[in-house]
Amino acid sequence: MTANIFKPDPYRIADIVHETELEYTFKVEAGVKVDHGQFFQISLPEIGEAPISVSGIGRDWLEFTIRKVGKVTHRLFSLRRGDRLFMRGPYGNSFPLDEFRGKDLVVIAGGTGVSPVRSLLKHYFDHLDEIRSLHFIAGFKDRGSILFADDLKDFAARFHAIYTLDKEAIPGFQSGLVTEHIRKIPFAGFADYNVVIVGPPVMMRYAALECLKNGVSKERIWMSFERNMSCAVGKCGHCKINETYVCLEGPVFNYTKAEQLLD
Amino acid sequence: MAYRLSLSRMDELLEKMRESYTIYAPMRFEKRGRYSDTDLVRYDKIRSVRDIVYDEKSHFSPKEVIHPITQALFHFTEFEYRESEVDERPVLVFVRPCDIHGIQRLDTMFLENGDAADPYYKRLRDKVKFVLMECGKGWDTCFCVSMGTNRTEDYSLAVRFAGEELLLEVKDPSFRPLFASEKTADFRPEFVSANRLTVRLPEIKSRDVLEKVHALPLWESYDTRCLSCGACTAACVSCSCFTTSDVAYSENGRSGDRRRVWASCLHKDFTVMAGGHGFRKTPGERMRFRTLHKVYDFRARFGGADMCVGCGRCTDRCPQLISFAATLNRLSGEVDRLNAEAAAATGVSV
Repeated sequence: MTANIFKPDPYRIADIVHETELEYTFKVEAGVKVDHGQFFQISLPEIGEAPISVSGIGRDWLEFTIRKVGKVTHRLFSLRRGDRLFMRGPYGNSFPLDEFRGKDLVVIAGGTGVSPVRSLLKHYFDHLDEIRSLHFIAGFKDRGSILFADDLKDFAARFHAIYTLDKEAIPGFQSGLVTEHIRKIPFAGFADYNVVIVGPPVMMRYAALECLKNGVSKERIWMSFERNMSCAVGKCGHCKINETYVCLEGPVFNYTKAEQLLD
Repeated sequence: MAYRLSLSRMDELLEKMRESYTIYAPMRFEKRGRYSDTDLVRYDKIRSVRDIVYDEKSHFSPKEVIHPITQALFHFTEFEYRESEVDERPVLVFVRPCDIHGIQRLDTMFLENGDAADPYYKRLRDKVKFVLMECGKGWDTCFCVSMGTNRTEDYSLAVRFAGEELLLEVKDPSFRPLFASEKTADFRPEFVSANRLTVRLPEIKSRDVLEKVHALPLWESYDTRCLSCGACTAACVSCSCFTTSDVAYSENGRSGDRRRVWASCLHKDFTVMAGGHGFRKTPGERMRFRTLHKVYDFRARFGGADMCVGCGRCTDRCPQLISFAATLNRLSGEVDRLNAEAAAATGVSV
């Protein structure tokens, strides 16, 4: 019989970090090669499967930062350190690090959209020599929804970082939507650069439009899509947009492609 | 080679075939139709050739033999997922030419799309052989000729029913010994060469036209008509979408099945993610998605043929009497207009 592409394997939960009341980071013992931006199907017997992006990559572990929002994630939140969860993957493409090499990089993330770019940011935190500079805008709804507070402090020390909350300003965080801060990025001063935008669909759309308004060309913009999926291997049909399967050709799309994906 | 057999003689041979094959054909389920006092014609295991409903179009397609409505993928406990098992016996299915084409479309999705073949589809598909049933004149909702799916050579046996007799072409050499002592006949299946319906396919010539097709007001007309019930996609031979779900055997038991179940892009939860955000929120948008998948997206992705094979079962099953043929003709008219406008704008003749 053909290798079973749907079969999940068991992994041990090494640690669970409470980022917010609704978002936990699960550290899983797994020595799997994963690229920044890829995702796994996390699988719980009795409950089902859900696509979850990788938020941290280590030599023998992976992290998933998960919002308690559906059936699978509700059950996940009842698990404890030492418990097992099942998963299969990694799936999908990844951020084009080769394209980013030697150029300036701008990362704009909103809310849980910070999770899929966290491992990328951590990579450049350790290998800042691979790129010319990194500008990072992160936006959260309010002080209660800030993710990765410690990482954000580290990133601010090494990157050009702007952190913002939708409606309030607190130490370290300005006020306003991420789109309001995009004009502060010195695009005109960059020789060559790329922009990564990840967040809720509306945020990605308006952040991209704001970038275009600031003279960024479409080819420089990269986005990561989120879709309902049952299989993650191009069979179930849920993530199809036009002739594109987000699980196969995505989740990372250049804007020239993303703008053509008509739901 | 071809043979002329009485139905009773064929039943004797069928009995022998059933020793090694599981045999499926469209069968009548009396009073099980959608409306009172109507029958349902769908696929099931037959014991006699007299079980086969050959003079009507089955309400459901033979895809359920290879892509079952619900299928256990794994049996799970708290600690493991164990792959479900499958009957090892080869399968013989009585099908129409359009269905053979439809199953080829399923092959493309399940075996070719993505990096690896779908193991559950493949393990059933590898066992299947087709018995082609002649269609005669076809039926009033068929448009196989327009879709180029009225003919096929991809079958093991072909049959024409003629009262108490049947004519059988044996193409697959493995069946020849079984028929060695039967009366031969001169028979090749005939294919439908004209349907009552003719469908013109939309020829979307540019990205710009595609975007305009997405914005056509015609889709909105389905907002009130389409019930989002998914009856069309369930009847369709080439619709392949599914959702996986876990079913526990008992309330407190930690064991159960992970199953996959047919899904429909017409259902409003098809794209909804945890948290409630979804895409394609109106019936019209979902109708557009299905239509374009059937006659544009599939071909754009894989080349070759369109996904729709013109069996017309979606039209037959729609409780709102939405004709897919009419939808396609309507769309093609709009696309002609958009192509002409695009050509006029660029000064190029159509």
